[in-house]
Amino acid sequence: MAEPRKKPAPAGGQVARPTGRQVARPAGKPAPAQSSAAVQPRSAAADVGAPASYEPLMKPAGGLRGLLAPVGGFGVTLSNMFRPTVTEEYPSEKVPAKPRYHGRHQLNRYADGLEKCIGCELCAWACPADAIYVEGADNTPDNQRSPGERFGAVYQINYLRCIFCGLCIEACPTRALTMTNEYELAGPTRAGMIWEKQDLLAPLRSGMLAAPHPMVEGTTDTEYYRGEVTGATDAQRAWVREHRPDDPTLPEGDGIDAANERLAEAGATAAEMARLVAAANKQGTR
Amino acid sequence: MTITSAGPTTPLVPAAPAPVAASDAELVSFSIDGIETSAPKGTLVIRAAEELGIQIPRFCDHPLLAPAGACRQCLVEVWAPGRDGKLAKMPKPQASCTLEATPGMQVKTQHTSPEADKAQHGVMELLLINHPLDCPVCDKGGECPLQNQAMSNGRATTRFVDVKRTFPKPIAVSTQILLDRERCVLCQRCTRFSEEIAGDVFIDLQKRGAQQQIGRFDTDVLGFVGDVPAGAATLDTSGKPFASYFSGNTVQICPVGALTSAAYRFRSRPFDLVSTPSVAEHDSNGSAIRIDHRRGVVLRRLAGDDPAVNQEWISDKDRFAFTWQSAPDRITTPLVRSRNDDGSRGELVPASWVEALGAAAAGLRAAGAVGVLPGGRLTLEDAYAYGKFARVALGTNDVDGRARPHSDEEEAFLAHHVAGRTLQVTFADLDRAPAVLLVGLEPEEEAGILFLRLRQAVVHHRTRVVSVAALATRGLERLSGTLVAAAPGTEAEVLDGIVGGAQDQLGEAADLLAADGAVILVGERLAAVPGGFTAVLALAERTGARLAWVPRRAGERGAVEAGLLPSLLPGGRTVADGAARVDLAAAWDVDSLPAAPGRNASAIIAGARDGSLGGLLVGGLEPADLPDPALARDALDRVGFLVSLEVRASEVTDRADVVLPVAPPVERGGTFVTWEGRPRPFPQALVSHALPDHRVLDRLADELGVVLGLGSLAEVHAELDQIGGWDGARAEAPRVAGAEPAAVAPGTAVLATWHQLLDAGRLQSGEPHLAGTAKVATARISAATAAAVGVADGGSLAVSTDAGTITLPVAVTDMPEHVVWLPTNAAGSAVRDTLHADSGDVVRIAAGNREVV
Repeated sequence: MAEPRKKPAPAGGQVARPTGRQVARPAGKPAPAQSSAAVQPRSAAADVGAPASYEPLMKPAGGLRGLLAPVGGFGVTLSNMFRPTVTEEYPSEKVPAKPRYHGRHQLNRYADGLEKCIGCELCAWACPADAIYVEGADNTPDNQRSPGERFGAVYQINYLRCIFCGLCIEACPTRALTMTNEYELAGPTRAGMIWEKQDLLAPLRSGMLAAPHPMVEGTTDTEYYRGEVTGATDAQRAWVREHRPDDPTLPEGDGIDAANERLAEAGATAAEMARLVAAANKQGTR
Repeated sequence: MTITSAGPTTPLVPAAPAPVAASDAELVSFSIDGIETSAPKGTLVIRAAEELGIQIPRFCDHPLLAPAGACRQCLVEVWAPGRDGKLAKMPKPQASCTLEATPGMQVKTQHTSPEADKAQHGVMELLLINHPLDCPVCDKGGECPLQNQAMSNGRATTRFVDVKRTFPKPIAVSTQILLDRERCVLCQRCTRFSEEIAGDVFIDLQKRGAQQQIGRFDTDVLGFVGDVPAGAATLDTSGKPFASYFSGNTVQICPVGALTSAAYRFRSRPFDLVSTPSVAEHDSNGSAIRIDHRRGVVLRRLAGDDPAVNQEWISDKDRFAFTWQSAPDRITTPLVRSRNDDGSRGELVPASWVEALGAAAAGLRAAGAVGVLPGGRLTLEDAYAYGKFARVALGTNDVDGRARPHSDEEEAFLAHHVAGRTLQVTFADLDRAPAVLLVGLEPEEEAGILFLRLRQAVVHHRTRVVSVAALATRGLERLSGTLVAAAPGTEAEVLDGIVGGAQDQLGEAADLLAADGAVILVGERLAAVPGGFTAVLALAERTGARLAWVPRRAGERGAVEAGLLPSLLPGGRTVADGAARVDLAAAWDVDSLPAAPGRNASAIIAGARDGSLGGLLVGGLEPADLPDPALARDALDRVGFLVSLEVRASEVTDRADVVLPVAPPVERGGTFVTWEGRPRPFPQALVSHALPDHRVLDRLADELGVVLGLGSLAEVHAELDQIGGWDGARAEAPRVAGAEPAAVAPGTAVLATWHQLLDAGRLQSGEPHLAGTAKVATARISAATAAAVGVADGGSLAVSTDAGTITLPVAVTDMPEHVVWLPTNAAGSAVRDTLHADSGDVVRIAAGNREVV
């Protein structure tokens, strides 16, 4: 006992056995704080002490087996050389994710182009990571963005917090929020990871008219929810023509692609991230 | 906080003692869910269950409203002893919110009785049949009793497959209150509130059965057009356009999302919000409120629960007028004005605090005599700091917190009767008072919660309310009050006439006030009446009634306690009293305090104008509130050096040489003192770097080389506790003879005026929905006066002085002749600003040539 130790014993045990280095003191008189701090208390494990000598658990092989043992491991390597490869050459080759993969979110639209999001904040409520922030607002006759009274004025998802659990899309009462299969979400800044509403909005498709515009005449949000609205109507187009004559989604406009390009420009965060990811992919491509 | 602590000395403004629970007269013993309990006779079963911690679902039940039994959600199984003494089960489940506990009763709630549970599930299912599934768009979602109780006491799935009853989406009951009838469960909390508490019925139940709905007066809904009599008739209550100062409370007590406010519509969810308890800054009642904010933005304010003060109600102004604190014209950095070469004022330039404080200190030092006008909206701490700053750092008594018509008589009255006498008359005293005399006070307009408390006393305890005023307002009618008509300026004469044995109303009022516990409430407007306070003190002495002063602004009472009057020091000490000065000088650690009585606000303005005051230190006040705004503006223009401590850009900051930004109440802690003298401490709600006034003054004093020691709330409170009250001599009561009423020539009238609760005030800016519920500015004159100037009811009346003219639609009212009433500061009726006149002044009246709609 009291052999010199190569390493100090890990701190832990409160009661230290006296060692050779410790000054013996009469019982009942506490050691001064300085000296007790200088001596490393020994842990309980250290007290057990090391076994006298090392004994391997596996007995070393003998004979030919023992002779070939140093190169035996190459057998695994050789056998795998003749098996099909499972490595995905990402990012040179992008393999599509499974259909139900939880990727980046998307805010969907109804068939006439009105937004499905009503700003109810149920997604934010459901989010276990507090990644979603929503503010609702009033739909007004001049600014009808979703069917009914309310729309989501502010919609942010913080992809630094999002854990892609999908509880938000389960909570969404209008199926406004769904998840795409897009998984390339990376960026060098924190701000660049917070996606705004214009970044998350789904692209327009043919037959859609960019919001805001009035609801289809004679309908309520219920008809929209039931899927009875199948496209923009003439009255809606007339309204848009009156208020935004140069809207690209009008029949005489520049077309859906031009509209989506404008939309992509508006979604600056998404565009910037797409640029970064593309650059990274290019760098990573052989 | 230290203000409430019981130290060796009495604090400057001691906290109210804890309310003593009323001794239980008669207890009845009964059991709920097998738990034996006893409660005072008459206790409702649902209340007794609450006491035991047993939750029974409910919608219509509200502790401050009369039982209704409207929603039937609180059904319980009840066994009660019959006439033969045997315990018998009531044949059907009973509504526990209308059932009084009786001896031996055995109540089984849904926790122990399958029958009660099944009944509650059934009621919930019925309530939900027509309730729309629009929780995602409903403002109540997340804090909705229906949502919560449907989860706890309802079925998991619906069996209803038919089409739900629908109504057009919200009716705007007013610009602020929206009614969504689909969501209503007909609990009638809103109608009972407006009937029982506020007294302004505006919505009621209409139709029957499945079509039953809450609605405003609407002939389409009601399905009939009222018969119109041939002769002249007054409009019935439901025919009038709705205007209420308390309608916001219905939004808060609605157990579903049927009533919502336009201001908070679709703004947030409860889980977004951080709630901070606070105190309303709009009047001198000190209503408890709850500030809900998200990310540094206040989104709404709700009534707090304080049984001693505002119960669970607040006025709409307290609820909705909060946007001023974050208005775009908030001053965020100190500003220093450059001087042009010719010495005229240049532009305001943003500056650092060090620079601005240095400039302010240098300017004040160079200015010589400096007057201090702190305004009437300060917390106790700020008021104290202003007073100490004036007396210690500036060495003057030229400090006056009254930014309104004032008089030396009022000052003497405040020093004699108000200062240092806190909690002499409280809200609880009003409940017990057999009679309340209002002098120069319109409770509904000038102190909203006081009106509700008075109305409660009137309804529950038959308190008689008598008002000495120019006319009976709708507020007084709802208090079932009696008007003792007094033309402005004659109030003192009328008060002197209230003696026992006098004719009709006066004698009756004297008899009422002679009763034990009677209270006289006097408003700040009496300052404009020479001899008014003398008369009211004499009346109180004559009749034995207790007297309380009810100012309009939140900071007025605190200013009196902190000594923000030229002749008054903190705690009721007077400047004239050498012992008081020595006492305070010792506490403040200075050699002596200025002994010469200071100038009052008008004299400070005059002094700044004529150059006898070289500088002014101005707090949050509007020149338009002062007795003569034009004079005040001229004084601000002419004064050598002007320092302004302000939250927002104002007419004062436009003229100031140095502007020091201060924090609005939401961004700092402090204490308001209510008209009762009750300290109402409130914490800081928002994270902010803005400094409160007392801290700015502390730093400014540092620059002047004086240590105030008021840098933090704790320091101020420690000092307030140390100074404590004053048990020495008090100021003498005022003795001012009443003035002869002004002679009224043909074509002229005496002006009567007071503020309306909702008007063009700066603290209500930025809230258009609230502004829409303000009353239309209307001039009021008597029928004979109207006939004399040739104006018909509804016509246009031009009220003018040499300074300007106000033209308003006229309402012919039962009131003294040769008197015209105008709202003091309504849109289009800025009386002081336009007319430079105030209550009691003679103005010219004529038929307006402008067509007023």
